[in-house]
Amino acid sequence: MATTGATSGPDAAAPAAEGYNFAYLDEQTKRMIRRAILKAVAIPGYQVPFGSREMPLPFGWGTGGIQVTASIIGPGDTLKVIDQGADDTVNAVSIRKFFARTAGVATTDRTEAATIVQTRHRIPETPLGAGQILVYQVPIPEPLRWLEPRETETRKMHALEEYGPMHVRLYEDIAHFGHIATSYDYPVRVNGRYLMRPSPIPKFDNPKMDRSPALQLFGAGREKRIYAIPPHTEVRSLDFEDHPFEIQQWDDVCAFCGSGDSFLDEIVTDDRGGRMFVCSDTDYCGKRREAGHTGAATQTDEPGEA
Amino acid sequence: MYVAVKGGEKAIEASHRLLDAARRGDPSVPEVSTRQISEQLSLAVDRVMAEGSLYDRDLAALAIKQAQGDLIEAVFLLRAYRTTLPRLGNSEPVDTAQMTIRRRISATFKDVPGGQILGPTYDYTHRLLDFRLAGENSAGEAGLPDQTEPGAPADEPVPRVVDLLGREGLIEEEGAPEDAEAQPADITREPVRFPADRDARLQVLARGDEGFLLALGYSTQRGFSNTHPFAGEIRYGAVAVEIVPEELGFAIEIGEIEATEVQMVNQFKGSSAAPPQFTRGYGLVFGHQERKAMSMALVDRALRCRELDEAPVSPAQDEEFVLYHSDNVEASGFVQHLKLPHYVDFQSELELIRKLRAEFEPPAAEAAE
Repeated sequence: MATTGATSGPDAAAPAAEGYNFAYLDEQTKRMIRRAILKAVAIPGYQVPFGSREMPLPFGWGTGGIQVTASIIGPGDTLKVIDQGADDTVNAVSIRKFFARTAGVATTDRTEAATIVQTRHRIPETPLGAGQILVYQVPIPEPLRWLEPRETETRKMHALEEYGPMHVRLYEDIAHFGHIATSYDYPVRVNGRYLMRPSPIPKFDNPKMDRSPALQLFGAGREKRIYAIPPHTEVRSLDFEDHPFEIQQWDDVCAFCGSGDSFLDEIVTDDRGGRMFVCSDTDYCGKRREAGHTGAATQTDEPGEA
Repeated sequence: MYVAVKGGEKAIEASHRLLDAARRGDPSVPEVSTRQISEQLSLAVDRVMAEGSLYDRDLAALAIKQAQGDLIEAVFLLRAYRTTLPRLGNSEPVDTAQMTIRRRISATFKDVPGGQILGPTYDYTHRLLDFRLAGENSAGEAGLPDQTEPGAPADEPVPRVVDLLGREGLIEEEGAPEDAEAQPADITREPVRFPADRDARLQVLARGDEGFLLALGYSTQRGFSNTHPFAGEIRYGAVAVEIVPEELGFAIEIGEIEATEVQMVNQFKGSSAAPPQFTRGYGLVFGHQERKAMSMALVDRALRCRELDEAPVSPAQDEEFVLYHSDNVEASGFVQHLKLPHYVDFQSELELIRKLRAEFEPPAAEAAE
C-alpha cells in the first residue's frame, strides 16, 4: 500500500511512463489524498473535501477513482478495472492502461486475484474478501443533490441528520407508482448515520455493500470529495416497513452461462425485437462457463462463439 | 455481435491512429510549427494559458497543435501537465501600476494622466474579410507599423485611473487584507468552500471559461442583476513577476508576463453599512484578453452582492452557480462522460419502466386482445 520516495519501488524495471512519479501523482498529493481517505474511513459515509487534481483523463471519466487508486496502490498490488461490470469496456481498458503505464503494476481480470478493484457502475458478483479494496468512481457524491442543489444547504442537512426530504421523495414514488421508482444510485444509510450515494450502481448491488469484509472507497474528482465504508460496516438501503427494499429480477437467465442470480445486460440482437440477456460481470460469466455452465446461446448452433 | 458492443484495446489504438492522421490533415500541406502558432495565433495561445492557468507560450502552442485547434481540449492538456509541476514558491503580488503599457484606455475620463493609448486592437477595424491575408507573405490591409511611428510601449509607469478616484474617496478603498499574515486561497490545492471569499472567487474567474463568463457578464447588463458598470480602465502590457527567495530576503525579478487588467467602476447607492460611493469589479487575465477580463470584472462585481448587502436574485450573483460551473475542463469532462457506456443504469431503468408500463396498462386493453 505505501510507497516512499519518488522512485517506482522494487518494480522499477517495469516500463512505467518516463518523467512521471510512480502512479502519476506526486508523493505530496498522494499524502494529501491518503489523509482524506483516513478521515473518510473514520467517519463512514461522510464526504471529505479534498484538493482534487486535474488528471490526464477527463473529469467525469473516473478521475476521483483514479486519484484514490493512485494514492493507495503500491508496486506489489494487482489491479482490476471494470466499467459496467466488464473488464473490456473502453474506459476500463483506458484506466487499466494508465496504471500499467504509470505504475507498472500487475493487472488482472479475476476478481479474487485483485488487491484493488476500481469500478464504475457495478460491484463484482464474486464476493470480495478481507484485504481487498473496492474503489468506486463517483460522478455526483451528494445524495441530496436532486433535492437541494446548494452545497451550503446539503452540508447543513447532513450535519443535522435532516434526511426527511429523501424519505418524502421515496414516499411520493410509492404514492404515484405503488413502489419506489429508483433503480440505480439508490440512497443508503451508512453505520446508522450518514446518508450516502452509492454511485450509480444498480440497486441490485446495494446489498453487497452491507458488512462487506472489503474496504470500500469512493472518489469524486470533479466534485472534490472522498468517502468510505470501512469493512464490516452496516449499509442499509432506505425503505419503509410496509415497502421493504427489493432488488431487480429478470425472467431470463444469462444466455452464455445460464446464471439466474447475476445482473443481466440486455443485448439487442436484431431490429425485429430480438433480445438476449447476458451477465454484466464478464469475469463471473467467464468463470461459470469454464466450470461447465452453459446458456441458450452457448449450447445451440454456434458453440464457442462469443 | 456481443463482442461488438465492447470496445477493447485494439479499437482504442486504431482510434488514436485515425486521430493522428486527422490532426496532420493533407500531408502535402506543410506542417504548422508550434512557433508559428505561438507567433501568429497568439490570442489563442493567450486564452489557453489563462484557462489552463499556466503561463508558458511554447507549451500552450504545443497543446493547441496537439488538440487540432480545439482550445478547450488544449486547456485540458495544459492543466493535466500543470498538476505534475512542483510548487517552488509564491510570487510577490504583481504591481500592475508598474506595467509596461501596450494599450490602455479609460471610458470614464476623456483624458487621464498617461494618456489614452489605443495600441493593437480590433475595436475599430471594419469586420470585412481581408482577402490579401489569404495569400502568403501579406501584412494585411493596414500594413506593418513604420518603425518611427509612435506606439512603442510607454516607458514611464502609468497611474491607474481608479486610483485617481480613490484620492477623492469616491470609490471604495481596496486596502491590504486585514490579516497581513493570511495567505490567499489556492483553488488548485484546496477545494473551494462556500461561502467563498473574494480571493478564491477571483481565482476561479481568472481561469473560468471565457464563453461562460461572457454570457454571465452580459446577463448582468440586461437586468439579471444590475451593476451599472463603467470601464474605468482597461490596460494590457507586461508586468514583472518577483519572488523573495528565503536565502536572500529581498525580491528578485524572475521574468515578465503579459496581462490584461480591467477595473470596472460601478454605481452604488450605499447601504446601512456603506456610504454612497463607486464600487469595483476586477478582472485580471494572462495575455491580451479584454473580452474575458471585462466579463470577469462584471461577474466579480455581481458576486460581491453579499458583502454589499444587495439581494442575490440573479444567476451571476449566485456564488455556487457561477463558481461550480465556470471551469471548462470540469464541465467538458462531465458533459462528455455521457458518451461512456451506461448499459447497467439504462438496463435498470428499462426494467423499471417496463414494470411501470405493465402496471399502467388498463386491464381493458388485455381483454380486447
